[in-house]
Amino acid sequence: MLAFTLRRAVQAIGVMFAVGIIAFSMFRFAGDPVNQIVSIDTSAAEREIVRKSLGLDDPVPVQFVRYFADAAQFKFGVSYQFRQPVSTLLMERMPATLELAICATVFAMVFGILMGVYSALRRDTMLAKLLQAISLIGISLPTFLIGILLIYLFAVTLGWLPSFGRGEVVKLGWWSTGLLTLSGLKALIMPSITLGLFQMTLIMRLVRAEMLEVLRTDYIRFARARGLTTRAIHFGHALKNTLIPVITVAGLQFGSVIAFSIITETVFQWPGMGLLFVQAVQNVDIPIMAAYLLMVSLIFVTINLVVDILYTVVDPRLRATVGRAT
Amino acid sequence: MTEPILSVRNLQVEFASRRGTLRAIDGVSFDIARGEVLGVVGESGAGKSVTGLAVIGLIDPPGRIAGGEIRLAGQRIDNLPPEQMRRIRGKRIGMIFQDPLTSLNPLYRVGDQIVETIRTHLNLSETAARRRAIDLLAEVGIPAPEKRIDGYPHEFSGGMRQRVVIALAICAEPELIIADEPTTALDVSVQAQIISLIKRLGRDHGTAVMLVTHDMGVIAETSDRVAVMYAGRVAEIGPVQEVVRNPLHPYAKGLMGAIPTLAGEDKRLQQIPGSMPRLSAIPRGCSFNPRCAFAFDRCRVDRPEPLPRGAQSVACHLYDNVTAESAA
Repeated sequence: MLAFTLRRAVQAIGVMFAVGIIAFSMFRFAGDPVNQIVSIDTSAAEREIVRKSLGLDDPVPVQFVRYFADAAQFKFGVSYQFRQPVSTLLMERMPATLELAICATVFAMVFGILMGVYSALRRDTMLAKLLQAISLIGISLPTFLIGILLIYLFAVTLGWLPSFGRGEVVKLGWWSTGLLTLSGLKALIMPSITLGLFQMTLIMRLVRAEMLEVLRTDYIRFARARGLTTRAIHFGHALKNTLIPVITVAGLQFGSVIAFSIITETVFQWPGMGLLFVQAVQNVDIPIMAAYLLMVSLIFVTINLVVDILYTVVDPRLRATVGRAT
Repeated sequence: MTEPILSVRNLQVEFASRRGTLRAIDGVSFDIARGEVLGVVGESGAGKSVTGLAVIGLIDPPGRIAGGEIRLAGQRIDNLPPEQMRRIRGKRIGMIFQDPLTSLNPLYRVGDQIVETIRTHLNLSETAARRRAIDLLAEVGIPAPEKRIDGYPHEFSGGMRQRVVIALAICAEPELIIADEPTTALDVSVQAQIISLIKRLGRDHGTAVMLVTHDMGVIAETSDRVAVMYAGRVAEIGPVQEVVRNPLHPYAKGLMGAIPTLAGEDKRLQQIPGSMPRLSAIPRGCSFNPRCAFAFDRCRVDRPEPLPRGAQSVACHLYDNVTAESAA
């Protein structure tokens, strides 16, 4: 078990190394960073000073090793546009993105599983068919359109919810949370739905398909032949077996939720990392872009690792094979 | 005469399909006495398993019981509401399926599955149910049951899993066990153990067994009576020695002719020409007539009904007194 975890961790570090190379090469190939920092009328001598202070005149391998060593300590250099350390900027913005992503995922899981189970067990009812049809819309409508429609309906027409921003936030140490104020919670509703809708429909369809599959298995038939109650069969035996692949997908999706929050954050002017990234792209602020790339891949890799480990906790068969293999 | 534990009369099971309704079981009747082992044999698709599923009430749509009666100890059970039928399943009728590898839920410890079943049917505390589960595992021959009870299904071999499945089937002391090909998926050496286990449990608990299989050897070894099924009907039913030594129905004769003997004459085994008709193309008259060496005109028109002949009962015009005389 420990060896398995270690092996996966080594693989994860390999992935991070590859991403690091890509992030670093952005500095080399996306134009001269010095031009981004200085104004047009800066003299060549001043440019050299800036270049030297940023270490850009060192050989490439030296720069790479330095960049990587710094990145491993969460030092990503200084933003060209804000003149602040990138890590400070990201840390400021991270709580907003994480709160949004977690709310969206919880929303997607709760409603996705409920709707999926319902449409599997009551597959011939009108509501189940309606849910199936709506899920198609959820899967095919682009996120920004859903966001704009929600804003039009609930913010502009009905005026119930704020159309942008995070509302009032409370500081808990370095973490700023919108979960403790009414306006913060209200501001969270529409972005969470917008961000989670795709995952929700995905989970719903997955749960439905898996559940139908599981209900056809021999052990469910045998459970029925043993006279267990329908409730025990559906929500004990069938649901537990259904949730194994759902955990994987939902877990892996959490990474994309954070990555895709770029669009939702832009639509709702949500002050998170995604919005920071979009602004960085517009201003060719490479340190922020590179740091964001590293952050998102770190989150992805970590989630993959956690899902792999969780898997073995839920499925005893895997626990055994993993134990034997190591 | 005491009332049979299971009495099936003129059972019909239909499956709705795109090409119309298929009748998988067409007028099957048989009785099983208390403590008796009835073997049910036939080729794949003869309707053996469907009969078993119909008895325990697990025919799923698009299938349905279209006619006939099933009585358990005199009480009619084929038309019970689902919730009442559920209470009978596991409690009064136990079932063993073919593949022990897929019969157990892989995510639950075997003990939890047994305890869950016991507590569904019997009013026992968690600890009492667990004690009973350990006793059951010991009874079906699982070594160190107090340890193995906390194992997961994948930690058991195929034969051991089938023992667990049997323990699950008998955990509420049912009056009838339906064993649907309980040994087909197992090693030959394990088959004999499982068969003798089922036989012993039936005897010790006075449980009747409906043993569905296509293995005549298993039937000859275990059963008191045997029913030979063909294309959704019972061709012949009777005491096992009679049917094995002196089969009446041409199909039963063919089946018995296909059993290799230990005497080991180097003869080729008898083969029944052709194959069983599909459900969508069952011939008129006797469904066996296209493959029957003794078929005559009436077999192609009239469907034979089962008639008693000695201890056996056979559905064949050869034994119809009227035709027998006129043919003679």
